[in-house]
Amino acid sequence: MSQQNKPFFHRRLAPLTEWLFVLPSLLLLALLALPVLALLWRAGSEGMLSLIAQPSALSALRLSLLTSTVSMLITIVTGTPLAFVLARRKFTGKAFLELVIDLPIVLPPSVAGIALLIAFGRQGVFGSWLSSIGLTLPFTTTAVVLAQTFVSAPLFVRAARIGFAQIEHQIVEAAYVEGSNEWQLFRYLMFPLAGRAVLSGAILAWTRAIGEFGATILFAGNLEGVTQTMPLAIYLGLERSLGIALALSTVLVFVSFLLLLVTRRLENHKDDSPNF
Amino acid sequence: MPTSVYNYPEIIGAAMSRPSSFFGRFILKRTLTLASLLFFLSLFLGACGASGTPHTLTVYAAASLTDAFTEIGGAFEAEHPAVTVVFNFGGSQNLRTQIEQGAPADVFASANVKEMDALVAQNHVAPDAPRVFLTNQLVVILPEDNPADITSLEDLRKPDLKLVLAAEEVPAGRYARLVLDNLNSMFGADYKDSVLANVVSNEDNIRQAVTKVQLGEADASIVYVSDAVAAPELQRIEIPSEVNVIAEYPIAPLSNSSNSELADQFIAYILSPAGQATLAKWGFTPVDP
Repeated sequence: MSQQNKPFFHRRLAPLTEWLFVLPSLLLLALLALPVLALLWRAGSEGMLSLIAQPSALSALRLSLLTSTVSMLITIVTGTPLAFVLARRKFTGKAFLELVIDLPIVLPPSVAGIALLIAFGRQGVFGSWLSSIGLTLPFTTTAVVLAQTFVSAPLFVRAARIGFAQIEHQIVEAAYVEGSNEWQLFRYLMFPLAGRAVLSGAILAWTRAIGEFGATILFAGNLEGVTQTMPLAIYLGLERSLGIALALSTVLVFVSFLLLLVTRRLENHKDDSPNF
Repeated sequence: MPTSVYNYPEIIGAAMSRPSSFFGRFILKRTLTLASLLFFLSLFLGACGASGTPHTLTVYAAASLTDAFTEIGGAFEAEHPAVTVVFNFGGSQNLRTQIEQGAPADVFASANVKEMDALVAQNHVAPDAPRVFLTNQLVVILPEDNPADITSLEDLRKPDLKLVLAAEEVPAGRYARLVLDNLNSMFGADYKDSVLANVVSNEDNIRQAVTKVQLGEADASIVYVSDAVAAPELQRIEIPSEVNVIAEYPIAPLSNSSNSELADQFIAYILSPAGQATLAKWGFTPVDP
């Protein structure tokens, strides 16, 4: 095959032009990779990983896993129907609604925290109603879950919605012609077909929930074993013991890397057969 | 093509690059124009800011000093028209860590001697430089409507209170625990433990604790008298002086400051009658010069 016929990105560039691309890329790569590598190297070389066995580190780890998993489950149970409706229906104000759902993705976490406090705090807009049914949210583990869901659920809804929307119209229409109702359509056709998108969205949301910091510290406060998740323990532990902070950071790096890897594999899978 | 959703920029990108949507096309066409406009605007604003101010003094100060130092900074700038004072307020322990990591500060004002000593030990501050420029005491604050009906220091041990303190790493948090230690002598040996059992959050700096009480989310907190002065709407319960803690605030220029002359002038202003009067106004106890 002659060079001209190859796809653009497979063509070799002239040496000088090539460096024009490689050098800036290397700079950015260094910025992105070096801090994480340095963190891992320092944590490994000074044997700080053993500090993960400290009670305060373990309780942060346990709390993070618990809250992020509960948050992910809530997100799947409530987010899948929402994504399905958004992908299937057209209604007035839908575009606006989608913007509202996406907003937490770009909101600074501190804004999210203040908003949650103003809404669901004891003195918040809905606070007196909540306390009339016996609920006080701030400074509780529930508040941690709410903060995590607030920032992570939009990622899931977006992923699932795109997954549902990408299903070929002909398939859906064929199912209608065969007499399937909306539930059967969801259960036997669309959910299996979009399964991969739904799952990768769920993992992405989980990763985001584990990393949640700003909204948690503002809305849920910081108390070991109750609201002090890993990111909070890292931030506040920095003053007490760099070792514990490094050990927890290493765990977070590995967990996040692993989850991203899984998401990647799900997305790049060539075989799109409904095997979920 | 599989939809890529594993990071936020791509997700937002997906929304913007959808060719079918009017919004997407609009964004595609306008993004570059907008980005370059913003870039030049920021250059322009940067230039404006820089041209009028040949000297910037960077002061790292304990969070409790926020109001008093902001006012003093304004007065200092009025006396030195060519100078801009920039503050970084935070928990003293955080500021110390930032300075240790090379943050470009000219002056450090700490809420306790410990963080200053740590910087002296690492040669960030000359050994004879720190000077105590004020003292502060602690007080209990309650929300305006006092929802937990707290009327005495002893009430802090009532079960199911929501008490917010500064974390133990924060100077104010350590002082608060010292006060609770002292109060054990008045209310019995288990007083401190039962009060600490009511703590629902250990905040990263003392102002966060004040905010939680102001919002009514916490029933009480133990903060500096100066914090209570800055939040006059809150109710207070005084802590008797025999069990109170006197917090000494040291201030010093940083050794590697490029503005050491200006730093010295700022510290001299803090110690001057005018500076001390401002500090007293915000609830701090001035020191004898």
